[in-house]
Amino acid sequence: MDDPYATLGVSRDAAAADIRDAYRKLAKKHHPDLNPGDADAVSRFQALTAANEILSDPEKRGRFDRGEIDAAGQERPPRPSYRDYADGASGRRYAKPGPGVEDWDQDEFDDMLASLFNRDRPPEAAGPRRGRDEHYTLSVPFLHAVNGAVERLTLPDGRTLDVRVPAGTTDGQTLRLRGQAGAGRNGGPAGDAMIEIHVAPHDFFRRDGQDIRLVLPVTLAEAVLGGPVEIPTPHGKVRMQVPPHSDNGTELRLRKRGVAAQGERPAGDLYATLRVVLGAPDAALTEFLRDWVPEHPANPRDAMEGPV
Amino acid sequence: MTMPVRITIELLVTQLSGLRRQDVDRWIANGWVRPDGPIGEYRFREIDVARVRLIQELRDDMEVSESTLPIVLSLLDQIYALRRRMARQGW
Repeated sequence: MDDPYATLGVSRDAAAADIRDAYRKLAKKHHPDLNPGDADAVSRFQALTAANEILSDPEKRGRFDRGEIDAAGQERPPRPSYRDYADGASGRRYAKPGPGVEDWDQDEFDDMLASLFNRDRPPEAAGPRRGRDEHYTLSVPFLHAVNGAVERLTLPDGRTLDVRVPAGTTDGQTLRLRGQAGAGRNGGPAGDAMIEIHVAPHDFFRRDGQDIRLVLPVTLAEAVLGGPVEIPTPHGKVRMQVPPHSDNGTELRLRKRGVAAQGERPAGDLYATLRVVLGAPDAALTEFLRDWVPEHPANPRDAMEGPV
Repeated sequence: MTMPVRITIELLVTQLSGLRRQDVDRWIANGWVRPDGPIGEYRFREIDVARVRLIQELRDDMEVSESTLPIVLSLLDQIYALRRRMARQGW
């Protein structure tokens, strides 16, 4: 048995407060329940406790100093530490914080571990093990995502996967290809390929949920006189009537010409916002406007009048 | 097969020197110690006794205040949960 003064690292004339401080400092460091992975912590802590037993008690300390007792005589029988229980099955009693809850749900616990180690859920130690999921990204042209398509994905290892992109796939959506990733072990199923879809932007279509929006350029004559115009939709061109006197910015709706219906989701609409394009300078138009007297003169900036 | 030892709160308090009954009652109310049985008829298993002693040592020997104890206990519980899980996985 070591000298209790040496064990606590104090001098033989140390004050009681110094001995207490030294013991507390060392106990924090060496307490076996706080160092469950350290097999030597138990014996180190027992030596600390034994030394403190002697030196913290003035009578025992005096007897030790006079040589009446030795350090070993104060050793206590080893007592079971909290970690002896906590490491065993009985430790599940305190697995989950909070009163009245005895146990983690196994699934919850697996999820916690998975997020802790940033990996898929651990398999059972023995038995079939499912292969690992792999994550990929795939860039898809706008219309392929709207109408559906089969896209070829080249994997880092050179393999290719033909990915069926369903109609109506949205940007950021993840497709799961079952059994297309890591091989299973012990007869377990292969993991899934998780493919995050990035939809490339389109030159003039814009996705708005199930609806499609576009800006439709029209001539001045088409806006004033109205008439049929051809308008592109994701499924091809259709003819649409522009009503007479459609102002710039007018929004026209084509029902069911947006993203096609899939399962429960109804088809979206196509919204065309008119943009009047004057085009190249036209002498006749210029001449006409110079002499033109509007039937109902109005200031289009009326709403901006008044104190600003 | 031996029956698991389960002791009453009275016996627990006499077994651990320096431990006051109101401390144990408060720790139970805080959820830090979870004996079997309803209030007034608590039965402490060996792990509960060891945990009470650990809390007592944390507070008295290591000067962990009772406001900090829940953090320490929560981290300890997570470490032991991980250790049990790792042991089951054969680590």
